[in-house]
Amino acid sequence: MYDAPTNNAEINVDQNEIKISARNVQVYYGDSHAIKDVNVDIAPRTVTAFIGPSGCGKSTFLRCLNRMNDTIDVCRVEGRIELDGEDIYDKRVDPVQLRARVGMVFQKPNPFPKSIYDNVAYGPRIHGMARSKADLDEIVETALRRGAIWNEVKDRLHAPGTGLSGGQQQRLCIARAIATQPEVLLMDEPCSALDPIATAQVEELIDDLRTNYSVVIVTHSMQQAARVSQKTAFFHLGNLVEFDDTSRIFTQPQDPRTESYITGRIG
Amino acid sequence: MSDISYPNGAHAQKSLLVQDARTRKRNAAEERFRRMGLVAVTIGILALVGLLSSIIANGASSFRQTFVNLEVYLDPAKLDKAGDRDPAKMAKVTTFGYSPLLGRALAQTIEAQGISTEGVSKKEIEALLSKEAPATLRDMVLANPALVGQTISLQVLAQGRIDGYFKGRVTMESAELDRNISPAQLELADALRAAGIIDLRFNWGFFTAPDASDTRPEAAGLGVAILGSAYMMLIVLCLSLPIGVAASIYLEEFAPQNKWTDLIEVNISNLAAVPSIVFGILGLAIFINFVGLPQSAPIVGGLVLTLMTLPTIIIATRAALKAVPPSIRDAALGVGASKMQSVFHHVLPLAMPGILTGTIIGLAQALGETAPLLLIGMVAFVREYPGSPPEGLMDPASALPVQVYNWTTRGDPAFVERASGAIIVLLCFLVIMNIAAIMLRRRFERRW
Repeated sequence: MYDAPTNNAEINVDQNEIKISARNVQVYYGDSHAIKDVNVDIAPRTVTAFIGPSGCGKSTFLRCLNRMNDTIDVCRVEGRIELDGEDIYDKRVDPVQLRARVGMVFQKPNPFPKSIYDNVAYGPRIHGMARSKADLDEIVETALRRGAIWNEVKDRLHAPGTGLSGGQQQRLCIARAIATQPEVLLMDEPCSALDPIATAQVEELIDDLRTNYSVVIVTHSMQQAARVSQKTAFFHLGNLVEFDDTSRIFTQPQDPRTESYITGRIG
Repeated sequence: MSDISYPNGAHAQKSLLVQDARTRKRNAAEERFRRMGLVAVTIGILALVGLLSSIIANGASSFRQTFVNLEVYLDPAKLDKAGDRDPAKMAKVTTFGYSPLLGRALAQTIEAQGISTEGVSKKEIEALLSKEAPATLRDMVLANPALVGQTISLQVLAQGRIDGYFKGRVTMESAELDRNISPAQLELADALRAAGIIDLRFNWGFFTAPDASDTRPEAAGLGVAILGSAYMMLIVLCLSLPIGVAASIYLEEFAPQNKWTDLIEVNISNLAAVPSIVFGILGLAIFINFVGLPQSAPIVGGLVLTLMTLPTIIIATRAALKAVPPSIRDAALGVGASKMQSVFHHVLPLAMPGILTGTIIGLAQALGETAPLLLIGMVAFVREYPGSPPEGLMDPASALPVQVYNWTTRGDPAFVERASGAIIVLLCFLVIMNIAAIMLRRRFERRW
């Protein structure tokens, strides 16, 4: 059941480049130590999956990568996370600029209660990416095409984004995230609220996005990790247990805990 | 596993068609509760209906008023002895100079109609007119001196007792005991009404005229009070909305969670529960005694009411901000919006209906507030309209609820009618504001 993923794209992955590198990352929520000593390198143009049982810290770690945890008062991050060699937790770094380069898609589709067009145009607008209306139109169209939703919404760009179906909303959110042309796209269980058909569409989209972005996806579903990712990290109780090529994690796990998890004994 | 047996065999026997004792008891309890609820609601509705009907029964008549139609000859020999139509000199003629003119005009009209004035002296005929009538005429003449020497037709107020007679408040029996009116005068008034000289018309003066003294309830109006209340609402809106919303946004979105913000939070809730008269004392001590603002001025009233309204607005706004799902904030931050952008572009628009509703409810509360205004001198008798803002905010004025209070303390029963009428006006304003709140909420409500 957990055979090696059948995509052969991973051969093209350049193993020497590193987009994000995390070293000795510790996260504390108040007194509790949520993430312990995590070291991960995320390669460009790769889909990296974080898997693990609920509460193992995979989402928490994902949110460290674009400093979304800053919004939580009691959350404290230690260690070093670098984006292209620059420490993103440096005092001089403005999280706003960081988040423009490291986009995020959330678990629950959360379009703004505005039109489809405005949803996608919001990011480019606040970052001043478009010089004219025509520019903006083009950015929106490109993003919606990239998000594989253009054909469904091109005739009703000014209809509210909240009126779409769940799967469409999630693809709209992906389009919104890529409209700011980020380098890394973080996805926090993007398919957990979707039905299997919408999930398949989103997964296909993730695979397409890999040509331009590095994608980090948190997922509960091991099948999903196996289908879409080239690299997989297995988290357990705040520890990074194993991080390797997806094919190896699912066929020859090095750690007994990984093996237990993927065979369904823990989790 | 399947052979767990209940001691009484609770599930053993029984048809579903027969209720067991337990179920009957539960159903009876539910039925009792439902009945009690119904009784409670009925009591509430009856109280409301009783209140409203008594107010309307007392006050509805204040929207109609008895007027006397007259043709008055403005005698130059009396009004402008110098003959040069100089308003400054004409102003020396007081209302006592005008009342004989009106009295004579009324007597002539009665005579012309051939109505018998038996048993009614000349003075009593003049007394059918309101004491306000000469003042109205004098103001007219001073505003337009060219009228002197002409015969003008005008409607003047009838005396309060005559007005009360046509509204059923004064009867022949009560007139017998009344020094201000006699049954003969009432009979004459009946005849005049039949002849069309006296009639009842819609009372615009009730909305535009200033308050009047104890002896002329027929002239008392809400003009100054409505204007004063409007000025205060303007001040409350302009101050409490921005301050309240800004404070709530800061507390809800930006402030760190520590014991200081907890303390502030508790104190805001406490402030909402402070009796309003305490705010009046505060206003008296600070705004009038310390800052030196004038007494009875809408600016002081507005400031005091702002302090009172702030907690209401802050609590409503914070609740509205809290109700915005955090996923919207995440979404905005996730595409690289700053904290402030996420609040002002996304959270605030979604919270708007709640904020507006809270604000209007707060304003409605402030509009009906009486106690603090008594302490800052707004209960004073004010005949002069306040000027236009901003200077007018410093002029003495009254306020609607204070006017109600003021009229209920007067002796003449005609003021009871006026007070009830003023309550109706106040309630209308409150209903309009609440409808506005509901409409705004409907208009801005968006789903996410």
